[in-house]
Amino acid sequence: MVEKLQGLKGSPWLYFLSQKLLELIVAFVVLVAITFLIVLLIPGDPARVIAGPDASQEHIEFTRQRLDLDLPVWQQFWNYLSGIFTGDLGQSFRTNEEVWNIVAIRLPFTVTIALGAIVVAFIGAIILGMTVAGLTRGNRNRWLDVTFSWASATLQAFPTYVYGAILVAIFAVALGWLPAGGASNVQSYILPIAALSFGAVFSVARIVRRETANVLEMDYMRTARGWRISRLKQYVKYALPNLMASTLTLSGLIFANMIGGAVVIESVFAWPGLGNGVVGAILDRDYPVIRGIILTIGVFAIMTNTMIDIVLAAFDPRTLTAGKAFS
Amino acid sequence: MTMANEAQAAPTQKKQKRRLHPILLAGLIIMTVVVLIGIFAPMWFSESANVQSNDRRMPISADHPLGTDEFGRDLFSRALVATRLTLLLTVAASAISVVIGVTIGTLVWFMPPRVRQLIVGANSVAVAFPNLVIALIIAAILGPGAWTAAFAVGIASVPAFVRLTVNMSSPIMARDYVTTAHLLRVSKYKLIGRHVLPNMAEPLLILTASNFAVTLVELSGLSFIGLGVQSPDYDYGLLLSDALTMIYAQPTQVIGPAVMIVLAGLGAMLIGDGLAASSNPRTRGQRRAMRTGTLRPAPAAANEQAKEQEAAREAAEDPEDEIDVRVRDLRVTAANGTELVKGIDFDVRRREIVGLVGESGSGKSLTAMTLCGLTPEGVTATAGTLVAAGHNMLEPVSSRELAQDIALVYQDPMSTFNPALKLNTQLTEVARTHLGMRPSRARRKLIERFEQLKITSPEHRIGQHPHELSGGMLQRAMIASSLLAEAKLIVADEPTTALDVTVQAEVLRQFVSATQELDASVLFISHDLGVVEALCDRVLVMYRGEIVEELTAEQLGSRRVEHPYTRKLLDAAEYVEAL
Amino acid sequence: MKQQSPLQLFVEDLDVTFGSGSTATHALKKLSLSLHHGESLGLVGESGSGKSTLAKVLTGIYGFDSGRAVVAGHELTPGRRKPLKDRRALQMIPQDPYSSLSPRRTAGQTIAEALDPKGADTKKHRATVIEWLERVELPPESADKYPYEFSGGQRQRIAIARALCINPKIIIADEITSALDLSVQAEVLDLLGQLRRELELTMIFISHNLAVVRHVSDRVAVLFHGELMEEGDAEAVFRNPQAEYTRQLLNSVPGRPGFNLRPDRAAA
Repeated sequence: MVEKLQGLKGSPWLYFLSQKLLELIVAFVVLVAITFLIVLLIPGDPARVIAGPDASQEHIEFTRQRLDLDLPVWQQFWNYLSGIFTGDLGQSFRTNEEVWNIVAIRLPFTVTIALGAIVVAFIGAIILGMTVAGLTRGNRNRWLDVTFSWASATLQAFPTYVYGAILVAIFAVALGWLPAGGASNVQSYILPIAALSFGAVFSVARIVRRETANVLEMDYMRTARGWRISRLKQYVKYALPNLMASTLTLSGLIFANMIGGAVVIESVFAWPGLGNGVVGAILDRDYPVIRGIILTIGVFAIMTNTMIDIVLAAFDPRTLTAGKAFS
Repeated sequence: MTMANEAQAAPTQKKQKRRLHPILLAGLIIMTVVVLIGIFAPMWFSESANVQSNDRRMPISADHPLGTDEFGRDLFSRALVATRLTLLLTVAASAISVVIGVTIGTLVWFMPPRVRQLIVGANSVAVAFPNLVIALIIAAILGPGAWTAAFAVGIASVPAFVRLTVNMSSPIMARDYVTTAHLLRVSKYKLIGRHVLPNMAEPLLILTASNFAVTLVELSGLSFIGLGVQSPDYDYGLLLSDALTMIYAQPTQVIGPAVMIVLAGLGAMLIGDGLAASSNPRTRGQRRAMRTGTLRPAPAAANEQAKEQEAAREAAEDPEDEIDVRVRDLRVTAANGTELVKGIDFDVRRREIVGLVGESGSGKSLTAMTLCGLTPEGVTATAGTLVAAGHNMLEPVSSRELAQDIALVYQDPMSTFNPALKLNTQLTEVARTHLGMRPSRARRKLIERFEQLKITSPEHRIGQHPHELSGGMLQRAMIASSLLAEAKLIVADEPTTALDVTVQAEVLRQFVSATQELDASVLFISHDLGVVEALCDRVLVMYRGEIVEELTAEQLGSRRVEHPYTRKLLDAAEYVEAL
Repeated sequence: MKQQSPLQLFVEDLDVTFGSGSTATHALKKLSLSLHHGESLGLVGESGSGKSTLAKVLTGIYGFDSGRAVVAGHELTPGRRKPLKDRRALQMIPQDPYSSLSPRRTAGQTIAEALDPKGADTKKHRATVIEWLERVELPPESADKYPYEFSGGQRQRIAIARALCINPKIIIADEITSALDLSVQAEVLDLLGQLRRELELTMIFISHNLAVVRHVSDRVAVLFHGELMEEGDAEAVFRNPQAEYTRQLLNSVPGRPGFNLRPDRAAA
């Protein structure tokens, strides 16, 4: 497939974007297959398990029918797939609500806090990491070096939900400044985003700091010093673009996992997003909702990942032509 | 390249005696404490932790360090007792991800390239999914439960471990020692066991430690949202979730599980960090803090210093502008105290091309960089007198003057250019920042200079990124930019070493005509006697931080050298390069 | 007399292309070469000349598109990317002293692995290992040292010992001195030249430097962009090059009579 695409040699961006699109499609297909398999892989008789231990034979058969489990597998898959493309993800077992509706209502809440936290974490980490790297270069300010190492290691060890609990205890319970949960107004976004991004700021800042230290040792930074430009310009114009690529590559996993973190943090703040929806659905064995929400979170994660790759390529033109080492 | 050469110069440097890195030590202590709690707490505290009593919702007291919950159970004991289950689940989950991940990541090398690409490609898709989403999928299939959660979290980290193992092993697979072993018909199985795994053991261990911390957080997260450990069992996550429902009634209930999660995670994280820090030779040796990258006047006797200052002033105010570079008693010292340049003296007169010759580790590059006021990190420099392009470098000089008057051309063109920026942006930096040229004018000027150096289609070239040009082209571009600022002194540090010989000759010729047109003086650093002989008016031979001999080009050409080192260098050149 | 000795290596009309379509590069174009037993061939060219590509084809790292290649009696098939079963057919000394030895293995372990790829038993092969270390002029106690304890030149000596100790029919030395300091280069070249005479090695010596090649080769072949420019007796090509490119190459070498940088000095 890649060989065929090489025909599009005209513009490296065109080639790059078409490759990304291809990856996106492959990931989507995998995602569809996995969400489809969720029901089939349930050990034993899925219908019996889903209907619950005390269910009547009648109810079990009803469940079987509702999930198409009485049809041949290929037929089931076809129904599932065509459902996805016609926007019909089935109805919730519990509320009979259209799954599509549930997803549409909950998605914006999750996207806002996840993307908000990623942006906050990234910008915060770049500023913090580069500042520390600059101040500690060549063994300067050893105290800061030591303080940063210990403080960042400690602060990144806090799970998001612990931050959430602490923030609620301080800002909602003790001070009463911000709401403890729900998404009633703009203020209610502050604590979830803060809880989700706080640890990530430090783990990414550690990466930024290390990468900055590496970049500062590069020959091209010596060249820039030779031009006697101000230190701020050296850092922002000459170091930052080079650091972006490696930082994004190394923290891509952290960002991807922040989407997972959003699922957990929603539980702290009783946030009406996809995370709380899917947890409830798993506990209720509400499989149409589980499939719908996991599919949506998955697509969101893949899209975020692709966005990171595109931003990465914009900063490091070499990735356009070279492609990833192993894809 | 330079680093490699440096290392070559100090081959006998003994491995630092390994003391436990403080971070590693802290991590080990914390982890030991947590593990001991995990072993002994259920034996000693399970009664107060699990048996309900009438002391409900007690505040913090001597009997109950963290109070009691709504069933009268001691919160402190509960937090400690939860450690065992949490640790067991985390160990199980980590073992799953490490064992399966490393196995797959290593096995790919036994497969045909196409299969390998397929697996690695599929894996990169899997890595894009957040771990927790994968864990949710497995929890949805198998239903909520403690060991399902451990299995789910373990499997969820497998793709990341596969990727890391492949990423770490693939550069090793490309190493020459692996190729040679392959040629020697060492079986692939042996090859991986003997060469690949030992060489990636250290990073793998570090990753395993950090992964342990991540797994702990994720597992507790699953319990926290209700998909992991189920009541009446409890782990940190479940305790925390209980505490959160009680947050208004009893906010202190959060403390116990929060502290324990952080402590256990921190312990693992610090072990990982500590291992990384002690395996990194750069951080290992540096214990004594020392400000490096500095240049100071030599601490000389007062009257002597006055005399040297006088010499500097003389050179700086030289009416005929004859002295461009004056170096007296220049010393460069490494952070560990080794003297790398041992008090050297030399001058460069206006329009003179002076060569500085020596092998790696002789201190020639350090001398050049320090002269330009760019003392590298890791060393400190002192000098009695240091004049470059007519400026006294021991006193503050405006950066505008330095940028304009001193131009540098470095060794490896591929690494001296910033890979992220276009040539135009980089090469007109001095003209724009310091000469106040407008971008359009700087660009036009640069194109003119490119044409002068016979760079084909200059308009197109200046808009390209460095990786799109050849090494010879890049060196010419660098020379062009020094023409743009009309430098008085050009310091060239092995500018053609990385180039093919036919390209080298061409670039050197253009270098000469460019400097002659500028009326600039040149300090040319090289290890190549042939180049220096053909190029320079005067040659300084450097050996182990000292200038052992000074020769005119004519003396060098007729082989009238005195110092045995110069003689040896000439003989070697004769042999290798047939001078 | 050497011409009578049997043919060890034979390459005819060898064609190697990388990539396809507009990005394809033709690395070797109809290359033909031969090497007799006990003979040493210097392969000279600049970057992109295809000299390293040829080495990689012969060692089985790269495949080739068309033509013939016979290595120590084994015919290589086009497209094949595997080293020969017969490990004594051909061995290689790699270029980079920092990647040619595994940092986790002692010099003794490295050489023992060559002697015995299965067991790599250092105790059993101790005598042979030390014999070879002495041959490359390293003290016996080097056997227990790790690569970081050696200089670049010493590492290359170990790499030489590893390649030679199994007495291979053909040796390929790929730019083995280019990463070394001048004086160290001379020493390593001296050693290799001496070993070649003692052991009657059949060798391909790859370099970008014609002058270096002449010390260790009987014949030289000059490559440019994948094509053979000139082939002949080493000293003769060096003293009296026939091809225009060879002359250009030689005149570009600093210190050669044709090398001139300063127009202001040319008159003098």
